[in-house]
Amino acid sequence: MLAYLIRRLFAAVVMLAVIIMVVFGIFFLVPKWAGVDIAASFVGKQADPAAVEAVRQKLGLGDPIFVQVWEFFKGIFAGRTYAAGGDVTHCAAPCFGYSFRSEQAIWPVLTDRFPVTLGLALGAAVLWLLFGVAAGVLSALKRGSMWDRGAMVIALAGVSLPIYFTGLLSLAIFSYGLGWINAEYVPIEESFTGWLGGMILPWVTLAFLYAAMYARITRATMLEILGEDYIRTARAKGMREQVVIRKHAMRSTMTPILTMLGMDLGALIGGAILTETTFSLPGLGQAVLNAIKNQDLPIILGVTLITSVAVLIANLVVDVLYAVIDPRVRLA
Amino acid sequence: MTAPLHEPTAEAAPSAAEEAAVVGAGVKAVQGRSLGRIAWERLKRDKLALAGGVMVLVLIAIALLAPVITSLVGQDPESHHEDLIDPLFGTPTGALGGISGDHLLGVEPVSGRDIFARIIYGARISLLVGFLSAIVAVVIGTVLGVLAGFFGGWVDAVVSRVMDGLLAFPQLLFIIALVSVMPNEMLGLTGTGVRLFVMILVIGFFGWPYIGRVVRGQTLSLREREYVEAARSLGAGRFYILFKELLPNLVAPIIVYTTMMIPTNILTEAALSFLGVGVKPPTASWGQMLSSAIDYYDSDPMYMVVPGMAIFITVLAFNLFGDGVRDALDPKGSR
Repeated sequence: MLAYLIRRLFAAVVMLAVIIMVVFGIFFLVPKWAGVDIAASFVGKQADPAAVEAVRQKLGLGDPIFVQVWEFFKGIFAGRTYAAGGDVTHCAAPCFGYSFRSEQAIWPVLTDRFPVTLGLALGAAVLWLLFGVAAGVLSALKRGSMWDRGAMVIALAGVSLPIYFTGLLSLAIFSYGLGWINAEYVPIEESFTGWLGGMILPWVTLAFLYAAMYARITRATMLEILGEDYIRTARAKGMREQVVIRKHAMRSTMTPILTMLGMDLGALIGGAILTETTFSLPGLGQAVLNAIKNQDLPIILGVTLITSVAVLIANLVVDVLYAVIDPRVRLA
Repeated sequence: MTAPLHEPTAEAAPSAAEEAAVVGAGVKAVQGRSLGRIAWERLKRDKLALAGGVMVLVLIAIALLAPVITSLVGQDPESHHEDLIDPLFGTPTGALGGISGDHLLGVEPVSGRDIFARIIYGARISLLVGFLSAIVAVVIGTVLGVLAGFFGGWVDAVVSRVMDGLLAFPQLLFIIALVSVMPNEMLGLTGTGVRLFVMILVIGFFGWPYIGRVVRGQTLSLREREYVEAARSLGAGRFYILFKELLPNLVAPIIVYTTMMIPTNILTEAALSFLGVGVKPPTASWGQMLSSAIDYYDSDPMYMVVPGMAIFITVLAFNLFGDGVRDALDPKGSR
C-alpha cells in the first residue's frame, strides 16, 4: 500500500513538472515562434523601445527559459524582486509571479478567487453524484422500464445541452422571469443565505450536465457488471439480490465513476470557466479568461499551475480510494 | 435494444477478412453474416439512431448549401438592419426578437443582422471544426495506439504516459490559452482562417488519447489471438499482420469513438467561440451568438434561445446517432 502510494505520488510530481514546462513553453516559446514580443505586449501598443527593453530586463524575459523557470520556482518559496535600474517591485513569498498589466501579485488573486470556484465545484459534485449515480443504478436495475427510458432521454438531452445555454435559460426563467432567485454572487462571509441563493442556479445547471454524464456511464457500467460471471456466482450461492447489488455490483461500478470524478472535480476546481462566465461568478475561471483576453500571462500561468495541482491532487485522492475499494490495486 | 433478427439475408460466403472481423470481435459466425452487415441490420431497427442519422445528414446539407438557403429567403449573415432596432434599448422592434416574414428567426440586437442566416452559416463552422478535429484525433490516436499496442516495450510506455498526461491536463484551459496566443496571420491564412485551423488542430490534439487508449487496448488483446499467431507462424510479416489482420478489427471501435467525438468537438468549438477566443464576429458561429446574447437574456430572450437550440439539436442528433452506432457495433449486444 505504502509503496503504491509513493509510486503514485512520484508520478504526480513528475506530471506537475511536465505541466510547468509545457505552460512555460506555450507562453514563452509559442509567441516567440509566432513573432510576438511578450515584453512589448506588457507595455502596450505604442511602446517606445526603451520601455520595452526595461520590462524585458525587469521580468528577465531575455534569460534562457530554464533560468526563467528556476526564478519562478525560487519566487514561490523565497519571494522575488523585479528590478530594472531604479525601478523595483517586490513580490512577497509565496510569489507566483507579478502581473504588470494589472499591477498586482498573483498569489492574492488566486487565494481570493479559489474559494468561489471550490464552493461551486464541490456543491455541484455532491448534487451530481447523488442524482446521477442513483439514476444510473436504478436505470440499470430496471432496464427497459418506463423509468429507464425516461431517465435516459433526459440524460441524453443533458449531455447535449451546453452549460452556457442551460445557465442562461435558468437565469432568464428563475431569476428574471419568475423572480424566485436573486442570482447575484454574495461572498459566504458576508451572508450565508445570500451565498446559497447566488449559488443555487450555478450548482443545479452544472450538476445537471454532469449528472447526465454520470447516469449514462453508471448505467452502462452496471449493466456490463451485472452480466459478469461473479455476479451469477453470487446469485447461485443463494445470496440475497440486495446484497449482490450492494456488495458486488456497486463496488465494481464505483471504480470507473471514481476515475471520472477525480478528473472532473480537478478540472472544475481549476476553473469552471464556462459556468463562471455564464453566472458572473468571480472565481478562478473568470480570472483566467479575463487574463487571456488581456494577455496577462502571469495570471494565466498561476491559474494553470493551480489547476494542474488540483487535477493531480484529485487524481491522487482517487488513487487512494481505488486501493480502498479494489483489493487488487493494493497488491499490484 | 435491437430485436432479434429474422432469417439471415446475406447469402454470400464471407471473405477471409470478414470472417476475421467476426472472430476477432469475439462473435460466433452465425450463418456467414459480416459484422458490418449485422451492425447495419441492427442500426436500421433503431428508430432513434436513424432519426439522429437523418438529422445529421440534413445538417450537413444545410452547411454545404448555406449560401443557397439564405439567398432563397433573401438574407445574408452579415448585412445590418438597424431600422429594425429600437434606438433606445438596442433590442429588435416587434415581438419575439423581431421575427417576421423577412427575418424568420428575428434579428440580432444593435446590428440587426438576420439570425436565420447567421444560424445557417454557423452550422458550417460547427460541423467543419467538429468533423476535421475528429479526423485529426482519429489519425493520431489510431497510429500511436496501434504502435503502442503492437510493439509494446518502451514505445508502449512512452505513448501510454503521454496519453495519461494529456487526459489529466486541464484541457479547456490549454485550448483557450493556445488558441489565444496564436497570431492573426500564419501559413497564408488570416483572421477566421487561422482561428479555425488552430482550433481544429488543438481540439484534435487533445482528443486523440481517448481513441488512442481504446485502440491500444484492442491491439494488445488482438495481438495474442490465435489467428494472429497463425498468420505469424505462416511467416506473415509485421506489416501484413498490422494492416491485414489487426486494422480491420479495429475499425468498429474507431468508428464508435469517432461518432462520439464529433458532438464533443462541436461543443468545444461553441464553448471557445462563446468565451470569445474562437471564431469572431462578423463571422457567424453559434457559440459567439450565445455569448452576445448574455447581455440580452432579460430584454431579448429569443436571441439566446435560437443559437442554444441550434447547438442542442445538432449535438443531440450526433449523440443519438453515435449511441445507435455503438449499440449496433457492440459484439456483446443482442442480435
